[in-house]
Amino acid sequence: MTPAAAPSRLSRRAKLLVVRASGRIEHWPRSALPDLLRPTDLLIANDAATLPASLFGTHLPTGCAIEVRLAGRDSLDANRVDDFMAFVFGGGDFRVRTEDRPKPPALRTGDRLALGPLRATVVRVLDHPRFIELRIDGPAARIWEGFARHGKPVQYSHIREPLALWDVWTALAGPPVAFEAPSAGFALSWKMLASLAARGIRLATLTHAAGLSSTGDPALDAQLPLDEAYRIPLSTAQAVRDGKARSGRVVAIGTTVVRALEHAASVDCTVPAGERLATQTLGAGSRLRVVDALVSGTHEVGSSHHELLRAFVGEPTLERMDQELESHGYRTHEFGDSILVETSRTRHAAPCSARSPAVRAPAGSILTA
Amino acid sequence: MVTTDAMNVAPPDGGTAPQASTARLVADPLDGRRVAVTGGTAGLGLALVRELSRRGARVAFVARARAGVERVVQELAGVRGIVGDVSKKEDIYPIALQVLGALGGLDILINNASTLGPGRLELLSDTQCEDFEQALATNVLGPFRLTRALLGALAASAREDRGSVVVNISSDAAFTPYARWGAYAASKAALHHMTRIWDEELKSEGVQFLSLDPGDMDTELHRTALPDDDPSLLKRPETAAREIADVIAGAMLRSSDPAQALATAIEQ
Repeated sequence: MTPAAAPSRLSRRAKLLVVRASGRIEHWPRSALPDLLRPTDLLIANDAATLPASLFGTHLPTGCAIEVRLAGRDSLDANRVDDFMAFVFGGGDFRVRTEDRPKPPALRTGDRLALGPLRATVVRVLDHPRFIELRIDGPAARIWEGFARHGKPVQYSHIREPLALWDVWTALAGPPVAFEAPSAGFALSWKMLASLAARGIRLATLTHAAGLSSTGDPALDAQLPLDEAYRIPLSTAQAVRDGKARSGRVVAIGTTVVRALEHAASVDCTVPAGERLATQTLGAGSRLRVVDALVSGTHEVGSSHHELLRAFVGEPTLERMDQELESHGYRTHEFGDSILVETSRTRHAAPCSARSPAVRAPAGSILTA
Repeated sequence: MVTTDAMNVAPPDGGTAPQASTARLVADPLDGRRVAVTGGTAGLGLALVRELSRRGARVAFVARARAGVERVVQELAGVRGIVGDVSKKEDIYPIALQVLGALGGLDILINNASTLGPGRLELLSDTQCEDFEQALATNVLGPFRLTRALLGALAASAREDRGSVVVNISSDAAFTPYARWGAYAASKAALHHMTRIWDEELKSEGVQFLSLDPGDMDTELHRTALPDDDPSLLKRPETAAREIADVIAGAMLRSSDPAQALATAIEQ
């Protein structure tokens, strides 16, 4: 597929490929989304704003230029922004493909890093020489100011111009906790939200710290997605309960929303409010307990986002979808076209019964076959 | 709801502004609210930062000069100061990021930062284009951009039944064609009308927009404009701040579901 090479989230020409529960594939303009949904549907979007998670600077022991891409943390707390997992690159910037970027110097526990106005320490090297836990000096206010003044949105070589923060915040962007934009949300302009509301379709949000989609290293990419913190507000938990009670569908806007809702439901099939850490991955063999349909970008075969689609549809349908995306010239990546995938009824047949005893298992473990 | 009259006059929508004393019988609706104030180191802005934090709100404020920001942060424990210039496009998202980083979300935005444009009042025909542009950049485009950047967070508060209000500080100059107030008055008229349109368009999202005229106050802006006015005849910014806080408290009461808000507070 052709990558969308510039921010174009309000593109009137954006397309939408629809995979019906029956397996039928349809092509629509993305603006038709409200008409393709049902008035009883509940849409759930990720309202995370995107951090400027790319921090350029220097590895002080060697003086080498580095880029640190913040990639994860175990909380959404705005006052605890000192401790992160991160991927480290050598010189160059987003114009060089990540897989071609020079490696950083050897990183060791205790190494000091200068990242613009920020200073940080390598707490430990994780299971790859470029994958570290780092601690940033200073109180939260100073760290936020450092991010705001020095950080850049993480971006890849398919986008030619440097991205600004306004390019990577969706209309619904609120808590700044995502490391990469929850890009399915770019489909939701305020006009789209008004059209959805006019059709009687409800909207709820959760906050999910979407992680990086690529590191440029196959061994590291295989570890994605990392654990991601999420928060489900009480009003959203209630909306899911109400929706299910009147047999409405839950439509997730983005793979991060699927991950959060299905993680929350992994204990007893209900979606409780609160903050947790999503640790599971979804793919073929995962049983969807809450989500009935997904609006997402178009994803490259082999990516973790693409693998997640296997929880919705079987291999033959997925193959047909990929062929149609290719032959109809859909644009891929974060500013590209969209898909709406309804899960097939047979795969979704009564995964939970309200009367069945609650399934108790460690979160995450029962979702991956 | 868009209120236009000076704050010492009953609002035009039938006097729905609450009596603060009544509101406080229950709990101050501002208690625990997440508020951002622009222009928070002087005049009405500083008075608002003090008043809101006194009433239990969690406040982040914005101002251009670091020294002023640090002075207010020293004075008021728990208040977050952000250095930035709302008239500069490049500063808006860094400001929004720090506001949301400080508060985790946002219930109330007060676009208070304001400039006369020219250093002193001029006939419109003597006003330099650059001065007019500066008035529009600070008084109209700044609030527009910052509101847009923070709208996702404000709408989330409305969805979660916490209530959500944007206050734009207006002026009677927005309605009365006072000679020599051209750049300022035109910008305030634009701000007022923009507020009405936001309010119309975002009613369904539950975000309320208020255009509030604090009246003639004893502030630096007023001294610059009319140095010969007797300050003792002008309203004190503290009084205007209390009145504005009361109107916001009333708006929050109307727009939030108290039971839900309590449940949300417990959840958090």
